Amino acid sequence: MAEIRDPHRLRARKMRGRVFEVVSIAATLVAILVLLVLLTDVFRRGVGALNWEFLTSFPSRIPERAGIKSALVGTLWLMGLTAAFSFPIGVGAAIYLHEYASRSWLTTIIQTNISNLAGVPSIIYGLLGLELFVRAMQLERSVIAGALTMTLLVLPIIIVASQEALRAVPDSIREGSYALGATKIETIWHHVLPLAVPGMLTGTILALSRAIGETAPLITIGALTFVAFLPDSLRSPFTALPIQIFNWISRPQAAFHERAAAAIIVLLVLLLAMNAGAIFLRNKYQKRAAW
Amino acid sequence: MPHRRRRLRHLRDSLIRFFLALCAFLSIFTTIGIVAVLIFETWGFFQEVSLLEFVTSTQWTPLFSEKHFGIAPLLAGTIEVTAGAMFLALPVGLISAIYLSEYAPDRARRTIKPFLEVLAGIPTVVYGYFALLFISPILRAIFPDTSVFNAASASIVMGIMIIPMVSSLSEDAMTAVPRSLREAAYALGGTKMEVSLRVVVPSALSGIIAAFILAISRAIGETMIVAIAAGQQPRLTLNPLEAIETMTAYIVQVSLGDTPTGTLEFRTIFAVGMTLFVLTLILNIISQGVLRRFREAYR
Repeated sequence: MAEIRDPHRLRARKMRGRVFEVVSIAATLVAILVLLVLLTDVFRRGVGALNWEFLTSFPSRIPERAGIKSALVGTLWLMGLTAAFSFPIGVGAAIYLHEYASRSWLTTIIQTNISNLAGVPSIIYGLLGLELFVRAMQLERSVIAGALTMTLLVLPIIIVASQEALRAVPDSIREGSYALGATKIETIWHHVLPLAVPGMLTGTILALSRAIGETAPLITIGALTFVAFLPDSLRSPFTALPIQIFNWISRPQAAFHERAAAAIIVLLVLLLAMNAGAIFLRNKYQKRAAW
Repeated sequence: MPHRRRRLRHLRDSLIRFFLALCAFLSIFTTIGIVAVLIFETWGFFQEVSLLEFVTSTQWTPLFSEKHFGIAPLLAGTIEVTAGAMFLALPVGLISAIYLSEYAPDRARRTIKPFLEVLAGIPTVVYGYFALLFISPILRAIFPDTSVFNAASASIVMGIMIIPMVSSLSEDAMTAVPRSLREAAYALGGTKMEVSLRVVVPSALSGIIAAFILAISRAIGETMIVAIAAGQQPRLTLNPLEAIETMTAYIVQVSLGDTPTGTLEFRTIFAVGMTLFVLTLILNIISQGVLRRFREAYR
């Protein structure tokens, strides 16, 4: 107690507090500063290589001619397929868990399992995809095998987000619907889902924006690093943007590093667009669903 | 007629319910699939390599003619990079969480948080680029003996990548501490720093520790940064300026090579994957346990 009454000690303690505040601000700014340095470096190195030809050329041994056509198209295939698989399954699982299943040991297990799956390193999903889709189901190293692997990877995120969206729909909506004689399915389909779908879509887009940069599982299932053609069917071999970036970074020539930086800019622009889309959806429908 | 209609409707409803349940159970099947695949291939691996060799040998050379199958160098590489990353990410993340939760005015918080979210959303292959082509040259300029691929650059960049995760999880834990505790501490004459460090942080400790453990688990499973920047030389060394190899980087190395499936060399990635899976699973379970067991019940 004596130290609190002593004005000198108080001044020292306040001084220490001031120093700590400065340190804490610095710690917070470190991360942001690094982000800016990273973006500047990528932009400075890559902007020169970024032009229409870069977007529309196949990869090449000659760095000046190398482009990302096959990688970009491969990524679009991969994301389209992953969205098509994971959205209905994720929403279905969320509806079952939130609207149907009663609180039992079984649902507890499923919920715990989902949160555990979210913590499994992505490369492990690659090993699963390699054994299950590439080898056991004999899909080979195809774009569909990649999309199925990605689906398993993003499902936990989509399920959690969709359950969140369902939880936000007030029970009075469900009760009102039942009171008018609707069945459970009708209630969910006509009254709950329309309110929950924007939230589910937002969650799905955010999950896909994580998947679009995932490299390790695709390498593990054997996506190619040099592809000079476009996928023409679900069974085609493929490459994707992050794989192409990885390949170019790993080469010794600086000219390839410029290509890698340019491809990173494209990847980040795609990511930004997806995030902007998710935020737009959230803001647009949040107001309408306010009850 | 109405009877038949009702039966049909009932059938349709049960069918829909069945398919929805199937979707939910898919997550269980995923886990079973992961465990089954890892156990199956690891079992095959241990038919040819003794568990004793796997645990005790200090060399990992399955791709050479003279083969040794000791996980130790890969495990050491993983631990070295992870430890370095945590050395950076845990203190910086925690202190920045204290700033965001206790000091930052609302406007600063709303400006800073989106930046941290962007940082958390950047693909890891981009961080790998940063480690190899930005940090590594700087390290080589300062310490001329540094090899192009080294553990330090991977550690630094991985630490930066994990800061937002530590910061936002710890901040959540601190925001959950009720105001009354802070006000009581202020009433006793504490300065802001004393209240933050001696009252808020200890009260939020379970959440903070859970965040730390999750961060470690994330670092252990991180692949692209180490595959790009840390090297492909499994060796036992404590020198962060040398090239090493982590468990994840080894899996990438074999996947990129032309090792035929079904061979012993190929099975090594599943044995390594199993080690990785068990390690991260244990950490995740501990983290959940810490949250459940030591959560201070505030009302």
